[in-house]
Amino acid sequence: MIHTDKLTRHFRVKKQIVEAVKGVDIDVAAGELVAFLGPNGAGKTTTLRMLTTLLPPTSGRATVAGIDVVADPAGVRARIGYIGQGTAAGHSYRALDELIMQGRFYGMNRTDARARALELMRSLDLEALAKRTVNTLSGGQKRRLDIAMGLMHAPTLLFLDEPSTGMDPQNRANLWEHITRMRQEHDTTIVLTTHYLEEADTQAERVLVIDHGRIIADDTAAKLKADLAGDKIAITVAAGDREKTTVILGELGRDLEVSAVAGTSLAVAARVERGPELLPLVIRRLDAAGIEPLAAVVTQPTLDDVFLSLTGRSLREGEQAE
Amino acid sequence: MSNVLTDSALVFRREMMLVLRDPFSVIFSIVQPLVFLGLFGPLLGGSVPPAALDGQSALQWFLPGVLVMICLFGTSTVGANLLYEFMTGSYERVVATPLRRSSLLIGRALKELAPLVVQATLITAVAVPFGFQLHLGHAAFGLLILGVFGVGVGAFSYSLGIATRKREWMFWGVQQSLIFPLLILSGMMLPIESGPEWMQVAARFNPLSFIVDAERALFANATFDAAVLKGVVVAVLTCAVGLIIGVRQIRRSTT
Repeated sequence: MIHTDKLTRHFRVKKQIVEAVKGVDIDVAAGELVAFLGPNGAGKTTTLRMLTTLLPPTSGRATVAGIDVVADPAGVRARIGYIGQGTAAGHSYRALDELIMQGRFYGMNRTDARARALELMRSLDLEALAKRTVNTLSGGQKRRLDIAMGLMHAPTLLFLDEPSTGMDPQNRANLWEHITRMRQEHDTTIVLTTHYLEEADTQAERVLVIDHGRIIADDTAAKLKADLAGDKIAITVAAGDREKTTVILGELGRDLEVSAVAGTSLAVAARVERGPELLPLVIRRLDAAGIEPLAAVVTQPTLDDVFLSLTGRSLREGEQAE
Repeated sequence: MSNVLTDSALVFRREMMLVLRDPFSVIFSIVQPLVFLGLFGPLLGGSVPPAALDGQSALQWFLPGVLVMICLFGTSTVGANLLYEFMTGSYERVVATPLRRSSLLIGRALKELAPLVVQATLITAVAVPFGFQLHLGHAAFGLLILGVFGVGVGAFSYSLGIATRKREWMFWGVQQSLIFPLLILSGMMLPIESGPEWMQVAARFNPLSFIVDAERALFANATFDAAVLKGVVVAVLTCAVGLIIGVRQIRRSTT
């Protein structure tokens, strides 16, 4: 469905060349749900804009829905749907009017466009808002309308740029419910960008981690976490047991960390595989060595741990800085 | 199958939807030229000798100029209407559809030109009892030239809107500082022959002069002379160059 070959985009900012996307190779098969995950400014949106023909590449090639983005941008546009970061419908228009117009822009006739618009409004809980002016809608309603706009012509490939940014958790869950259902009904291939870790983790079948204009990892979230992060076991013991504990944990895991806990106790942590299954063994060994564990915790990794192990930076820092 | 015309018609329809829903905005703009004609026309007749107006009555001479003015004022604001759509996501969404780029330019210019037809009919209907001689065929051809020219101006305005999208105040600055010299130096309001030599030279290089002259030839003299032909050439050139630049600007507008 998508194939790129060293896709590159430079920008000229104040006489300096900024390499926003540095030769990325992407392959997406029909029916996949792929997320581009990365911090702000990583090149996710720029990549998406090249794939949707909104931005011509500086070099490299991209074929989207079987068509070259440079040779026939209009052909690509006719075959894809695009939901950008802003509000798609014009602010002074009525929601239903804009939906019908969007269908007409994609070559639907008036009757079909109207029927489809009403059907989408029904399934996205927008029915009551058909006659409302777009600028009177709430943020969540606007975003659902954006989704409806993108789905009007039932594209086989849909691009979403930061679909849930600024939404509260409930609206986000709601949105995903809709996307998932649309996907089941129409077998749509979906490519989205996000900087929400949980979203990429729970919703996408495949995650492309992008940083500084490059793809630094490409796999299922589960595989990325297992390969690049792993579970973490942390045992709290009395300060005097520090040495024996590190030896025992060192035999079973890697990346040992020791940190102080309140009072005279401290926590020894290690990265392990299959943490929950390993924990009883750790405790039995500590017991055999005469050490009394004060607390034991198994943490399963997040995509942030993956990003951290890939780049040495946390994605959450960026999230908070916003 | 879609083509430039059907795409333009869709863009036009989307634009007109807002106008038709809020007709008051149109009523004011439609009455405006009437005020202009009614208040400025008599002053002109009183202060300029008839010889300077090609021997025409002030009304006959002035009315075609007012039409050119309406056309220019309307179509040169096309870019301003874009500014808000840039800020929300609706510009990007429209650009992401398969609509032809030239249709985005044409459809939006047509929206500004639509009132022109109504305005022209209205001011002519009002002017006839005051002695204005209407030559229907010539007048219709005159409006056609204005339409072609207006699409070109609209496309230039669209390009200006794109170029200034990150500094919105700049659009009006550029639009205003271009439109008034162009208008005055075209002899639209007052005969340029009464001005100094340099103004007359400047007017000869002003594309708008050719449009004004062509409209006058058609509306006032009811002739198809060289002035009309020159007007047609300028209108077609403005339209073609405007569209070429506009399409190029749209391609670069999403960076």
